[in-house]
Amino acid sequence: MFSLISFTPFQPTPGLALWSLIIFLLFWFIMSKVAFKPIAEALSKRENDIQDAIDTAKNTKLEMANMKAENEKLLAEAREERSKIIQEAKDIKTQMITEAKDKAREEANKIVTNALSDIENQKKAAIAEVKSELGAMALSIAERVIRKELKGNAEQEAFVNTLVKEVNLN
Amino acid sequence: MKNRNFLGILFFFTYMCPALAFYFGADTHGNAPKFDPAATAIHHISDANIYTLSDGVIPFRIPLPTILYSPGKGWDFFSSGKFHAGEHEDGHYAYNGYVLHHGSVHRVVDSGFPMDQSVDIGHHAFTHKQEDRNGKKVDVNYVTYQGKEYRLDARSTLDGGILGGGITSFYDFSISKNVLSMILVSLFLFWIFRKTAKAYKDHPDKAPSGVQGIVEPMFTFIRDEVAIPFIGANKYMKFLPLLMSIFFFVLGLNLFGQIPFLGGTNVTGNLTVTMVMALIVFVIVNINGKKDYWQHIFWMPDVPVFVKPLLAAVEIMGLFIKPLTLMLRLAGNISAGHIAILSFIGLIFIFGQSGANFGGGIIGTAMAIPLTLFMMAIELIVAFVQAFVFTILTASYIGAAIEEHHHAEEHHH
Repeated sequence: MFSLISFTPFQPTPGLALWSLIIFLLFWFIMSKVAFKPIAEALSKRENDIQDAIDTAKNTKLEMANMKAENEKLLAEAREERSKIIQEAKDIKTQMITEAKDKAREEANKIVTNALSDIENQKKAAIAEVKSELGAMALSIAERVIRKELKGNAEQEAFVNTLVKEVNLN
Repeated sequence: MKNRNFLGILFFFTYMCPALAFYFGADTHGNAPKFDPAATAIHHISDANIYTLSDGVIPFRIPLPTILYSPGKGWDFFSSGKFHAGEHEDGHYAYNGYVLHHGSVHRVVDSGFPMDQSVDIGHHAFTHKQEDRNGKKVDVNYVTYQGKEYRLDARSTLDGGILGGGITSFYDFSISKNVLSMILVSLFLFWIFRKTAKAYKDHPDKAPSGVQGIVEPMFTFIRDEVAIPFIGANKYMKFLPLLMSIFFFVLGLNLFGQIPFLGGTNVTGNLTVTMVMALIVFVIVNINGKKDYWQHIFWMPDVPVFVKPLLAAVEIMGLFIKPLTLMLRLAGNISAGHIAILSFIGLIFIFGQSGANFGGGIIGTAMAIPLTLFMMAIELIVAFVQAFVFTILTASYIGAAIEEHHHAEEHHH
């Protein structure tokens, strides 16, 4: 009843061969353009992107660690700097105070010295004046006295002036 | 709960199938025809000029465009619906001297038959006889019309008579069941892959979702486990589309043939289809063959001179055996799977004596259902494995052809 041979699928038939050739070649051509190439490219692009992202993250982490170390270093340096500055300031302060004190003392001494010399000068002037006054007074007294006793005696007058000068030099 | 449902379905089919078998057996003649499991299996895995989804109680057949060429008569283009196909895909009408027998077009060669009109040949018009042709027993079909038998020619085949075919009085270029299946599967794959490609284009920075999730693992698997290791990371991109086309085309057709109630098309189990694919691989491999490849075939380096011609003979044979094995392996595996499933289902009819023995039918069904389920599970694996094997062998042949050895340099030293 059934004939095995007439419809066996193992006989290559030209019609099916032609159609499978056309269909497969078209499938290959169209799918390459529409799907396989774009998908392959998209996949490799995505893989590269992921790799890049991982690399970037790694680098960033490394950089962050470096930055942290650097920051700490900077902080330490800053701290050191600060204490140095403070120390310096303290030193300067002490120095300034000392200097100021010295200067003040010097100034005071100078003032005192000046005052003393002024006083001395004044004193000397005053004494000179007093001496001069005294001389004049003594002369006038002596003049009157002598005028009374030794009227017109020039020798006697010179002798009195000499005496007055001796008093002034003292 | 789930197990109970499953058993319920099993029992339902166990009773249903023999009932259907009984119906098939009884409907036509009253006396049950003898069931021939081998012929039935071959019939179901063959290409056809009509797409039969159901041949049973409610027949459902899709007519296909029939394109025929007869050297004496010229081209014929018509729908296979003109044959008014009935049980076993036998046409009840002849059209322009062509008839449909077991789903495939035959041509009447004996004179006297009306060659340019549609004639009613009725039911059961076909008979077949064995004849001697060149010392071989060959089946020849006959159609009976108005009490007279007319000899039929099967369509031309390219096997040169080795497989019982040969060039006959006509060629069949129809959009057959296999051609339609190839077109449908290609369109489906095109739709799936265009969607996937679009998703990659529209959301390049998003995680794959939906159909991408199915396509991407297979795509990257073929790329990373097949293309790159065999062809090389620098050159694989040129051949990737071919490898992907082969893998998804074969896989799609393998799986399409496994879907129940969709005709069980056996495209990748058809030697013609695998022959064309193997031929394409053969051409691609050899036009890309580098100097080293041809040197290794015709004058193998690093072996004694007297061995060289011997190896050349082996290598030249290998050149053709490689695509031949590609062709046979895929067709053999897929056809074998279809035959195994059909054989297990055939148990129902064998035990049921074609519907005459209801109790036997129940026993047959109880055996057939678990065996068929098991076979279908195996076939699901085979569908993937065979697509993978075809692809990996193609990749390895291409890889061998484009590989650059360094023997030549070593000889100059």
